Amino acid sequence: MSFPWANQYQPKHPVMKWVDDRLPLPRFVYNAVGAGYPVPRNLNYFWNFGVLAGAALAIQIVTGIVLAMHYAANAGVAFNSVEHIMRDVNAGWFIRYAHMNGASMFFIVVYLHIFRGLYYGSYKAPREMVWLLGVVIFLLMMATAFMGYVLPWGQMSFWGAQVITGFFSAIPGVGEPMRQWLLGGFAPDNAALNRFFSLHYLLPFVILGVVILHIWALHIPGSSNPTGIEVKDEQDTVPFHPYYTAKDGVGLGVFLMIFAVLTFFTPNLLGHADNYIQANPLSTPAHIVPEWYFWPFYAILRAFTFNFLWIDAKLWGVIAMFAAIALLFFLPWLDGSPVKSSTYRPLNKIFFWILLFDIGLLGVCGMMPAEQPWVIFSQIGAIYYFAHFLIILPIISRIERPLPMPGSITEAVLAKHADKSSATA
Amino acid sequence: MVRPLGFLVGLGFIAALVMAILTTPLGNEPNASKAFHKEPRKLALASDGIAPHWDIAQLQRGMQVYKEVCSACHSLKLVAFRDIQAFGYTEGQVKSFAKGFQVPSINPDTGEPATRDGLSSDYFPSPYANDVAAAAANGNAIPPDLSLITKAREGGKNYIYSLLTGYQNPPANMPKELHPGPGLHFNPYFPNLNLAMAQPLQNDQVTYADGTKATVDQMASDVTAFLVWTAEPKLVKRVQVGWAVLLYLLGFTALTFLSYRTIWANKEH
Repeated sequence: MSFPWANQYQPKHPVMKWVDDRLPLPRFVYNAVGAGYPVPRNLNYFWNFGVLAGAALAIQIVTGIVLAMHYAANAGVAFNSVEHIMRDVNAGWFIRYAHMNGASMFFIVVYLHIFRGLYYGSYKAPREMVWLLGVVIFLLMMATAFMGYVLPWGQMSFWGAQVITGFFSAIPGVGEPMRQWLLGGFAPDNAALNRFFSLHYLLPFVILGVVILHIWALHIPGSSNPTGIEVKDEQDTVPFHPYYTAKDGVGLGVFLMIFAVLTFFTPNLLGHADNYIQANPLSTPAHIVPEWYFWPFYAILRAFTFNFLWIDAKLWGVIAMFAAIALLFFLPWLDGSPVKSSTYRPLNKIFFWILLFDIGLLGVCGMMPAEQPWVIFSQIGAIYYFAHFLIILPIISRIERPLPMPGSITEAVLAKHADKSSATA
Repeated sequence: MVRPLGFLVGLGFIAALVMAILTTPLGNEPNASKAFHKEPRKLALASDGIAPHWDIAQLQRGMQVYKEVCSACHSLKLVAFRDIQAFGYTEGQVKSFAKGFQVPSINPDTGEPATRDGLSSDYFPSPYANDVAAAAANGNAIPPDLSLITKAREGGKNYIYSLLTGYQNPPANMPKELHPGPGLHFNPYFPNLNLAMAQPLQNDQVTYADGTKATVDQMASDVTAFLVWTAEPKLVKRVQVGWAVLLYLLGFTALTFLSYRTIWANKEH
C-alpha cells in the first residue's frame, strides 16, 4: 500500500524491465526504500535510527559470518580460538573488535530508536503492529547478544551464562529440570556453548525476517513524523530517495565515525577485563556484571530483595525483569491519548524525560555492585519504571490537555520557517 | 481492560518494591580492607595514546625480564617465538632464541614423552606440565598465564606495574586479621591486599645488554611494556588503521552532508 501520488517504478534499462516483468523485485525495493515510498517532509535526525539499526544488523551479520569461519565452539578451545583470530587471522583483530563493539552500537541506535518512538508516540494507531514487531526484534536482540557474549568462553561469559540461565531455576517446580535441559548439563559447558553458538548464528536471520515484517507494517500507514499529524496530501511528503537516503547517509557517516573510534581506539572500553580470563567453573569473579545494554534490566532484577506474599524474591526479580520488557507490548493500549507527538503533550513530555533519567539511573545501579546506596536507588528506579508505564501514562493520557496543533505537516513546516525568517529579519 | 489490569500489576510490583526498600538495611557491611587498598599508579608507555609506537629496546628488555624472572612460574601460552620478530630480531636470531628453549615433544622412536629444541613456530613453553603441578609447587595458588594479563585485570598495565613495585610492609595501623597469612605477601594494589606471589623483582636481578640500570622500577616498567605487547601485538597497527578509517569517514560524511544540503535546498522541512 502507498499513497496514490507515490512515484511508479519505470525501469530505465531493458535488463531491469526484463527482470521486473518476471520478478518485480526491483519494483519492490523501489517501493520499500526507493523513490516509490513517500515520506513526511519534516522528519528530524531522530528518524535516522531505523536505517542505522539496519546498518548495524548488516555489520553484525557480515562480521559474524567471517568470525564463524575461524571460531571453534568447543569449551576446550573456544577461548584460544578467539585469541587466534586476534593474533593470527589476517585483520582478525579488526573483525572481532568490530563485531564486539558492533553489538554495542546496535543497542545504542536501537535504544535511541525506541526512545524516539516513545517521545513521538510512534507506537500509536495505526502503527501498533510496527511497535509490536519492534519489541519482538528487541527481545531477539537481547537473546542473540547474550548468547554471543558467552561464545569467547571467558570468565564473564561463563558466569553470565550461569546467572542468566539461573533465571529459569526460579520457576517453582519445573525450574531446575528446565534449566538443565536448556543447558544440556548442570552448569554451562560444551553442550551449552555449542547450542548457544548454533542459536547465535540462527537468531540474527530471524531478526532480519522480523525486520522485513517491521518495515512492511510501517509501509501500510507510512512513516510517522515529529508533529504526529498524519499525511494529508502530496505536499506533505517527499520521496524516500533521494531525500532521506541523503539524510540517512549523513547519519550513517556519523554512526560509522563513532563506531570507528570505539573499535580502533578503545575497543575494550565497554567490555570486562574478566572476559580475558578463560572460563573457570571453580573461580567466581568478584563482581558479575552483564554488558551495559542489560544494566537497567539487571538492576530491576536485583531490586527485589523481599519475599513478598508467597513469591520468592528471586522469582519476583525474574518476573519483574521480563515484565519490564513485556509491558512494552501493551504500550499502545496503556497510553490512551489520541495525540502522538509529545511536542503537543505538555504532561507526557515531562514524564518522558523523567523516564529517561530513571532508565539511566537503573543503568548505573545495574553496573554497580549490590551495595547501598545503589540497592535503594534501583528499588526507587524500578518503582518509577513500572509506575510510569502502568499507572502514570494511563492517567495522564486522560487528564492532559494537548496544546493546539497545526492543521497539517506542511502548515507546521511553513510556520516554523516563517518563525525563522521573522527572527532573522 | 488493559489499563485496569496494568494498574493492578503495577501496584503489585510497587508493593513488592516498597517492602523491599523497608526491609533492606541502608548501611553496607563494613569492609576494613578497603581503607588499605590503593588505586594503581600510572605507567606511561610508548604504546599509549592516540599515536602509539612500540619501544623496541624496552620490549627486548621486558622479554628478558620475563624470560629470566617471570617464566620460572608463569606461562605465556599465546605467544610464539616467531612473534618476537616484531622486536626487530631477524629470522636467524629468532631461530637461535627458540633453540634455547626445550619444548615438550614425543620421542619418535619410542613414543615416550620427551623434549626437543624449540623452533620459531613453537610457543613459549610453560614452566609446569599442568595446573595441578603449578598449584602443588606454589602453595595451592596457580600462577596465571601472562599472555593477556594486562587486558585481564582491572587497571590494566597500571595495575601490573603497581603490583610489581608495590610490595611493602603492612601499615602499622592495619588490623591483625588483614595481615598476610602464611605463604602470603602484603601488597596494597592487590584486590584483597595479600597474594601468594612473593616480591619477584630485586635491584640488579637481570643484567641488561644495553647497559640500562636494572632497578625494580625499570624492570617492572619494561616487563609491563612487554606484557602490553603480548596482550595485543596488533595494538599499534590498530590505532594507525583507525586514523586512516576515521579520515576516510570524515570525507564520506562531509560529502554526504553536502549532497544532503543540495538535495534539500529547495524543500522546506
